[in-house]
Amino acid sequence: MNSKYEVVIGLEVHAQLLTETKAFCGCSTKFGNPPNSNVCPVCLGQPGVLPVLNKKVIEYTMLMGFATNCKIKERSVFARKNYFYPDMPKGYQITQYEEPICEHGYIDIEFKDGSKKRLGITRIHIEEDAGKSIHDQAYETLVDVNRCGVPLMEIVSEPDMRSPEEAVLYLTKIKQFVQYLGICDGNMEEGSLRCDANISIRLKGETKLGTKTEIKNMNSFKNVEKALQYEIERQIDLIEDGVKIVQETLLWDADLNMSAPMRSKEEAHDYRYFPEPDLMPVIVSESWKAEAKKKMPELPDLRRERFITEFSLPKYDADILTQSKPVADYFEEVIKYTKEYKTASNWVMGDVLKTLNELKIDITEFSISAENLGKLINLIGNGTISGKIAKEVFPDMLEGNKDPEIVIKEKNLVQISDTSAIEKIIDEILKANEKEVNEYLEGKEKVFGFFVGKTMRETKGKANPKIVNDILRSKLDGLK
Amino acid sequence: MAVTRKDVEHIAQLAKLSLEENEVESLTDQMNDILGYVEKLNELDTENIEPLSHPVEGNNVFREDVPIKSIASSEALKNAPSASEEFFLVPKVINN
Ligand SMILES: [Zn+2]
Repeated sequence: MNSKYEVVIGLEVHAQLLTETKAFCGCSTKFGNPPNSNVCPVCLGQPGVLPVLNKKVIEYTMLMGFATNCKIKERSVFARKNYFYPDMPKGYQITQYEEPICEHGYIDIEFKDGSKKRLGITRIHIEEDAGKSIHDQAYETLVDVNRCGVPLMEIVSEPDMRSPEEAVLYLTKIKQFVQYLGICDGNMEEGSLRCDANISIRLKGETKLGTKTEIKNMNSFKNVEKALQYEIERQIDLIEDGVKIVQETLLWDADLNMSAPMRSKEEAHDYRYFPEPDLMPVIVSESWKAEAKKKMPELPDLRRERFITEFSLPKYDADILTQSKPVADYFEEVIKYTKEYKTASNWVMGDVLKTLNELKIDITEFSISAENLGKLINLIGNGTISGKIAKEVFPDMLEGNKDPEIVIKEKNLVQISDTSAIEKIIDEILKANEKEVNEYLEGKEKVFGFFVGKTMRETKGKANPKIVNDILRSKLDGLK
Repeated sequence: MAVTRKDVEHIAQLAKLSLEENEVESLTDQMNDILGYVEKLNELDTENIEPLSHPVEGNNVFREDVPIKSIASSEALKNAPSASEEFFLVPKVINN
């Protein structure tokens, strides 16, 4: 990026709340039901119906407010945002406008080098989702109203981000929070977490904001980064050419790797907001707040600190393990069965996460139970098998959560810790490799590894490596 | 703050209404009448009165997060001017 300029980014994140029912009616929010089957007169926008607010929507949003250090407002009200689009049968969206439930918060992001930055959150408010339009037909647009009225929480940041990297870190944090709080599944690809960006460019040192554009339709973390990078370059090119930036909404096209202005006949936004007369104001008392606070789970930063202090894990490990709540939960489950914390961390960060990646599954679908992984780690710890053999046992365990002890027995993999047996093998190896023995005696330390390798091969990796080392050392040094 | 023809045309466009020439004229007059009537309220001194966002008092009307049986999709689609077996049909919104 041209170093003359500074980029200013603000994000609007929509998180679909994990309630059983919609925001203002008792229809199910279940995904994947047949089109137009999760509907009732309220969410169909029939005349004369009355919306009634789902209490959980308020409680979930409060949790996010706590997590992001927001002020929870004592009073908040709903408003109507008026516009016409076929996937919104009422002709208006119920949202919060002048009086949102949360305001003035912040989150801290951490860069790779460990430095931190605080990013402001302007507000968090509640609104309802629209339905789904399907445009692939020749003459008509199909409308499915199932998603209409599903509760969304919109988190609006201050224009505090100065690079796509910061935006991605912010978004990562938001996702981590909603997942830890259990209020949204945080899946960007499936649209339960959506992100729009406001972006503008100005000369470094300038305090006034430049004209901003809005980018929509970035449905993955990678796309957010790419779309922002693209827009920064586009705006700088225009400014360099002396062309004025036009305030407009752009849609990111992930296939073409470019954005294009939204084709919309809607002219200047004129939503004519007014208070929703059908919904009563929400008053959050101190006692309700206190009660909701009790439901706050341990947040990622605290959990990471605890992993470092309680289990003596390196920061690097704690970072990776607490990245996603289910992974952290799995790790804590594993160490109920073993006290080898660092080994457990290595296995979860390594083989477990690698397997999840390869199989493209979530840890909640992972076949090996925490108990069996703990057992495997103990088998290494007590010398029954070596770490190397454990790597062979692991794939077998993947098949239907097989007990590692059974795998070891079936495959006859128990480690040889019988010193006399190992001694016998080593004696033969030394006899057969006189040349290397002499090299060692002449001071070529590297040859030692050769003998270790030979012994391990001879025992098919089953010899206890520590015992092999000890015996070899004493035998070879005895020859000096 | 008189309502102009332009205001009426703008509002009609937002409401997706197409108005005849004479309708624009009569609606402009009518809207001005209505606003003039409501303007009367400005004669009151509201200095120390909290703005009212709701005509009735009360707050915190909630439901528990428990699903109720929705209506059948055939019922939902019954009143639609145009529908397929499963979907509402509307004139094409976006051209691919
Ligand atoms: Zn409904």
